[in-house]
Amino acid sequence: MSATAIDTETPAATELTIRPPRRVEGFGRRELWEYRELLYFLTKRELQIRYKQSIFGVSWAVLQPLAYAFIFALFFGRLAKVPSEGIPYPVFALAGLVPWLFVAQSVSQSAESLVRDANLLTKVYFPRLVLPLSKVLSFLVDLVIALCVLALFVGIYDVSPSVGLAFLPLFLVLGVVTASAVGMALGALNVSYRDVILVVPLLIQLWLFMSPVIYSASLIHGAWQYLYAVNPMVSVIEGVRWGFLGTPAPPVGGVVVSVVAATVLLGAAVFYFRRTERYFADII
Amino acid sequence: MSDPAVYAEHVGKRYRLGELQASYRLLTETITQRMRSIGQPRATRPEFWALRDVDFEVPAGETFGIIGHNGAGKSTLLKILSRVTPPTTGEIRLRGRVGALLEVGSGFHQELTGRENIFLNGAILGMRRREIARKFDEIVEFAEVEEFIDTPVKRYSTGMYLRLAFGVAAHLEPEILIVDEVLSVGDLAFQEKCLGRMERVAGEGRTVLFVSHNLTAVRKLCPRSMLLSQGCKVLEGPTADVISEYVSSVQSEAATSLSGRKDREGTGRFRFQSVGFESAKGRIDMPVTGDGVDIVLAYESPDGRPIRNAIFAVGIYTLFGTLILQCQSDVAGTAFKTLPPRGEVRCRIPRLPLPAGRYTLNLFGTAAGDIADWVQRASELTVAEGDFFGSGQRLPEGHQSVLVEQEWFAPLNVEDEPIPALDRDLLR
Repeated sequence: MSATAIDTETPAATELTIRPPRRVEGFGRRELWEYRELLYFLTKRELQIRYKQSIFGVSWAVLQPLAYAFIFALFFGRLAKVPSEGIPYPVFALAGLVPWLFVAQSVSQSAESLVRDANLLTKVYFPRLVLPLSKVLSFLVDLVIALCVLALFVGIYDVSPSVGLAFLPLFLVLGVVTASAVGMALGALNVSYRDVILVVPLLIQLWLFMSPVIYSASLIHGAWQYLYAVNPMVSVIEGVRWGFLGTPAPPVGGVVVSVVAATVLLGAAVFYFRRTERYFADII
Repeated sequence: MSDPAVYAEHVGKRYRLGELQASYRLLTETITQRMRSIGQPRATRPEFWALRDVDFEVPAGETFGIIGHNGAGKSTLLKILSRVTPPTTGEIRLRGRVGALLEVGSGFHQELTGRENIFLNGAILGMRRREIARKFDEIVEFAEVEEFIDTPVKRYSTGMYLRLAFGVAAHLEPEILIVDEVLSVGDLAFQEKCLGRMERVAGEGRTVLFVSHNLTAVRKLCPRSMLLSQGCKVLEGPTADVISEYVSSVQSEAATSLSGRKDREGTGRFRFQSVGFESAKGRIDMPVTGDGVDIVLAYESPDGRPIRNAIFAVGIYTLFGTLILQCQSDVAGTAFKTLPPRGEVRCRIPRLPLPAGRYTLNLFGTAAGDIADWVQRASELTVAEGDFFGSGQRLPEGHQSVLVEQEWFAPLNVEDEPIPALDRDLLR
C-alpha cells in the first residue's frame, strides 16, 4: 500500500455537512444514483440467496406462476367456469399471474426488508430506499423469466398476441412503480409498527381479488371502470393480457386513472419514507 | 492546512425515553391509544440527552481518539458522524470522503461465498466496484483465505470470518475514517494485525476518528483525544493527559453490586454483596497496570451469625474465559478464623501484573470447609495502562498476558566480567 493510495476517482473537495433534519426531504435521486452499485450488489445478493437456498434454483421463478395457473385453471376455469374472453383459461390466468406475482412478492419482501436488515441500518449509512428497491429489482429478474414462459404458453395454446405488446414496457413500469411505492410505504411503516407485517398477507390477498387476475376486467362496466382502475394493477394486468393474448385493450381513461393513482401513491410513499427514514436507526 | 477535516459544533442528540429499547410499537395499540386519548393533551415522554453541546475539531491527517465510559455518548457521536442517525442540534462539517466502520462484516451473508461477500460488503461500506476489484487480491491475502474464497462463509471458522470482514474494512480508503471498537473482537494475534493496519492507515495521512476501550491502542495511534462523560465533552488534548484524567475521574461509581445475582452456588452461609477496587487514592473502577490495588469483597451472612474458618478466592479471567491468575486467602497464608456476620475482606496486590485490557472476575468463598458462595463472572475488570517495568516501554500487543518483574544479565561464561552477586544468589 503506497502513501498515494487515497482514491483519486473522487473529487478531493467533497464537503459534507451533517445537520438536524429538515421537515421535508426530496426524493434523494442524486444520492440514490451515487449508491447504484450498492443497489446492484444488494439485488444480486437477493437473487443469489433466493436461488441458492431453493432446491429448484432459478426454475423457481418459472414453477411458481405455473403452479398457481394450474390450480386456478382447475378451480376457476374448470369448476367455476369463470369467463376468460374466449382465451383458454390456463393461459388467461397465467397472463394475470405473472405480473401479479411480481407485485405481490415485491411488496411482501419490501415490507420486511428494513426490519430484516436492521443491523445494517444501525451500522452503516446509505440511502435506505436501496433496501426495498433491491427486493423489487430482484423480482424484476424473475418477472422477465416468467414473461418468457408466458410467451411459450401463448405459443403452445396458439393464442395470437396483438400490437399491445409494443406498450408492454409502459405497463411493466406501471407495475414496478406500484410495487415499489406500496413496498416502501409498508416497509417504513413496519419499522415503527411491528404488527404491520402481520397484516401484509391479508392486504395482498384482498388486493388479489380487487385485481383482474382470476377474472376479466371486462366484468366491470361503465363509470365503475374508472373507480376500479384506481388500483393500478387493473391496467397492468389488462395491458399484459392485451399484448400477449390479444384481448381488448384497457380503456385509455382507465389507464390514465391508474397512472395518476400510481404516481400519487409513489409520491406519498417516498414522502413518508424519507420523513421517517432518519429515525430508523433509533427505533428499529 | 487551514481548514479542519472534521469540525463539530454544539452537537447534541436527544432521545425520548423508551426510544432506546423496544421503541417500535404496534399499530393497533397506537390507534386504540389515540382513540382513547382524543381531547386529552398528549402525554409527553421524558427526554434524555445522549449527547449535549459537543464541540471539537480535527485537523486533516490527524488520528483523534474518543474515549469514555459505556453510556458516555461515544457510540451516539459515532452514529451521528457516520450519518446513521441525525443530530438533534448542532452541525458537523466533514471535508473529504468519509468511511465509517462501526462494525466489521456489515451485510455479510452466510450463504454467500467469500468472494461475493467481499464485493457486497465493500459496496455497503461505500467502495466502488472497480476499487474493490483492484484491492481484491490484497484483501484475500490479508484475510488468509485464498483456498476458501469460493466457499460460503458459513463454512468459515470464526477467525477466518473475522479476518475477511476486517480485511474488507481495512482496505476502505476514505480521507476521513471513523472507527469504532472493531479491534475488540478476535484473538490477540488478530487484534495486533488490525492495529498494525490501523497504524499504517493513520500514517498515510488520513484523518481518523478512533473510539476504543483499548487504551493502549488509543495511546499508540492518537496524539490527541477527547474524553466524553454523560454526553458532554470533559477534556480535549494530548492523549496521555486525557487518559490519566479518564482513569482518575472514574473513581466514582460504587462497586459492582451482587445482591441481585441469582445464578450463584453454595450453601449461602454468606453471600458476596459487592466487589470493588481501591487504590491508595480510594475507590476506583479502573486499576492501573503496575500500581497497587485492593480487591474489596463485601459479604454478609443472612442469619447474622459470625463466620468461622472462611476462605476467599478471586479468579481473574480473560474475556475469552482463560484463567489468568487466582488469588486465594489460605494459599496466600491468611487464615480467617472468625469474621463478623457482615463486613469486607480485601485482597491487596502490591503491583498489578495485568496488562491493560478487560477481564472478568469469579468470586468464591467457603466457610468451615463448605462452599458458601460462588459467583461466576461476578464483575468485569478494566485495567488501564501503566508503566509496569518503570522503563517507559511495554511489550508488543499480543505478547503479554501477565507481567512479571525481571532482571537481565550477560552470560555466565564471560570471564572478565564479574557476575553480579544477586545473580549468584538466585542460581544457588
